[in-house]
Amino acid sequence: MAEAKTNSAAQVVTLSPSKGWLGIDLRELWHYRELIYFLTWRDIKVRYKQATLGIAWAILQPMLTTAITSVVFGYLLKVDTGSLPYPVFTLAALLPWHLFQLSLQKSSISLVGNANLITKIYFPRIIIPLSSVLAVLVDFAISLILLFIVMLFYKLPFTWNMLWLIPLTLLSILAALAVGLWLSALNVQYRDIQQMVPFLLQIWMYATPIVYPITIIPEGTIRYLYSLNPMVGVVQGFRWALFGGSPPDMTLLFSSAAVILLLISGLFFFRRMEKTFADVV
Amino acid sequence: MDSTTSILVKGIGKRYKIGAAQERQDTLRDLIVSQARNLGRFFSGKRGLSDKYEHIWALRDVSFEVKRGQALGIIGRNGAGKSTLLKILSRVTDPTEGYGELRGRVGSLLEVGTGFHPELTGRENIFLNGAILGMHKKEIEARFDEIVDFSEVEKFIDTPVKRYSSGMYLRLAFAVAAHLEPEILVVDEVLAVGDADFQRKCLGKMGDVASSGRTVLFVSHNMSAIQRLTEESLVLDKGRVLMRAPSGEAVDFYLNRGLTKLGERFWEEDEVPANSAPFRPLAIRIVDKNEQVSDSVRSVDPIRIEIDYELTEDVTGLRVGYYLFTTRGEPVFTSFDTDAEEMFREYTARKAGVYTSRCLIPADTLNEGRFVLGINASSYGIRRYFQDDQALSFSVDASGAPGTHWPESRPGAVRPALQWTIEERGRA
Repeated sequence: MAEAKTNSAAQVVTLSPSKGWLGIDLRELWHYRELIYFLTWRDIKVRYKQATLGIAWAILQPMLTTAITSVVFGYLLKVDTGSLPYPVFTLAALLPWHLFQLSLQKSSISLVGNANLITKIYFPRIIIPLSSVLAVLVDFAISLILLFIVMLFYKLPFTWNMLWLIPLTLLSILAALAVGLWLSALNVQYRDIQQMVPFLLQIWMYATPIVYPITIIPEGTIRYLYSLNPMVGVVQGFRWALFGGSPPDMTLLFSSAAVILLLISGLFFFRRMEKTFADVV
Repeated sequence: MDSTTSILVKGIGKRYKIGAAQERQDTLRDLIVSQARNLGRFFSGKRGLSDKYEHIWALRDVSFEVKRGQALGIIGRNGAGKSTLLKILSRVTDPTEGYGELRGRVGSLLEVGTGFHPELTGRENIFLNGAILGMHKKEIEARFDEIVDFSEVEKFIDTPVKRYSSGMYLRLAFAVAAHLEPEILVVDEVLAVGDADFQRKCLGKMGDVASSGRTVLFVSHNMSAIQRLTEESLVLDKGRVLMRAPSGEAVDFYLNRGLTKLGERFWEEDEVPANSAPFRPLAIRIVDKNEQVSDSVRSVDPIRIEIDYELTEDVTGLRVGYYLFTTRGEPVFTSFDTDAEEMFREYTARKAGVYTSRCLIPADTLNEGRFVLGINASSYGIRRYFQDDQALSFSVDASGAPGTHWPESRPGAVRPALQWTIEERGRA
């Protein structure tokens, strides 16, 4: 015990005014890994605690959206999806989209929602938006089951290509985290952000080939600009990984570059704003 | 810093913008409007952004050192900078200037139950709260039974804490925090809540922490707890350290220097929130039968409560009054200066000026014990100007009160002298 005490007593924490731009302290984040785990776990647990259908909502939500879009865009507007049945076409895109959407919704309000923690206890603030994004992953994993059932129903083959879903999922999480970092930090100061997010997401959804195929966007410069939306690469990648066809190539590259740019700038912005959170929130 | 030093602080200061209180850019609209205004000023050659805010130093030039295993008390009025200091030490907020070093893990007991989630069960909250306070899962598991034991809620450990009584909730929360075992424990006024038994238990636990060689920083308004638990104390006033001395001396200094006076409480201008205008509290005091300000009165004598305040504008519908609580937080009664109908008619409108509202609590009203006065100034249904639930506390001594010839303690907050008659209804 005495041994342990001298060890931990040896770690010296310094207090001083922080200045300028700070990078992210990965070692400290690792030290707080259990807090990330517990906050993620709390978010999952609390989300469905008093819902009668509980975690079934993770399947019901994409199912209902698929049904609605299939009726409106597939049946009534007869959007051309090639050889793919419309419900499969849209579901494959809705899953990563829901992951992105929910992560962004949760993370953008996360700091304000946890104001009582932020004003009283120290921990790396990034844990808050991070854990709210991670909590959504569980929903996503469950909703994948729905996708596999639908694929079985339409007798679509399961291939090794599907392993690409893993990096693609990661990309969509990073995209949500990147935007979430920006919005959550801004929301601490300007509560307008949380009013804005639903509209932002609505616009974003229509700027992503979810209910329509990417082929309706003219090729060339316009298509490249369009691909700066990270979710374009993710959604195209998902369809390709699941059903084959032409690989997303340049689209995915553009999207990934956009994510990396957003993420790095988001991290720096977040770290810069971080020190005022407790005073402002 | 040598190895026996646990906390070293040099010239720490914290500055807040107070312009922000009146003109806070909480919304983008405010930001846009104020930026536009600044642009206007810029073009018209007037002053720019920088002078819009007034700055206030909540803490300035604070330096001290705490040795390992020492318990240091921090005392001062509301707004003296105690909480800001603790926030800086627990790294919740950065200092604006200065430098400090902490050796070892810092555990904050700032507000009991921070991070509890009402939907989760007691068990789940122990783990969540432990993690938030910086414990590892293994540590929590190792101490789980001890925590549950201390909290006395084992029967309800799998019930969501939203169904807990406030006492159970508090006990559980304190139990988690008390088993944190950091090298430096920071405690802010946790003992203001809970019943007497629980307070004793908390104090006991904190005493254990201090005597086991860990460093404790203890902020409290409870002077006897400060004296019991700490050897030395800092007295803070207006963000500066006024003195550091053995706790007995520091408490005497604090009580006698007019920083606070027993039985009387003054509000400095900077202690009153800006949004309470046009009402500004000046003082509240307890006056005994001999016209002396006192914090200890006898229940057989009438007690006078006086509230001094200033109205900076004419106010209509104002009522000024107080809540009386026991120290356990049980309400005893509430009374306002315009409760009586003729007072209400006469003082519906009050002109700007300085006032004193006096209230007489008749003899033989309160039981023995300690009471807390909360002050409230409001216009019913319109707005509340000012409220302070813990404006002042005082003790009542019941010697000579009805029934005191039996040396027993009588439960209850009041001890009225009631009329009894005894009638003999015939002989057996």
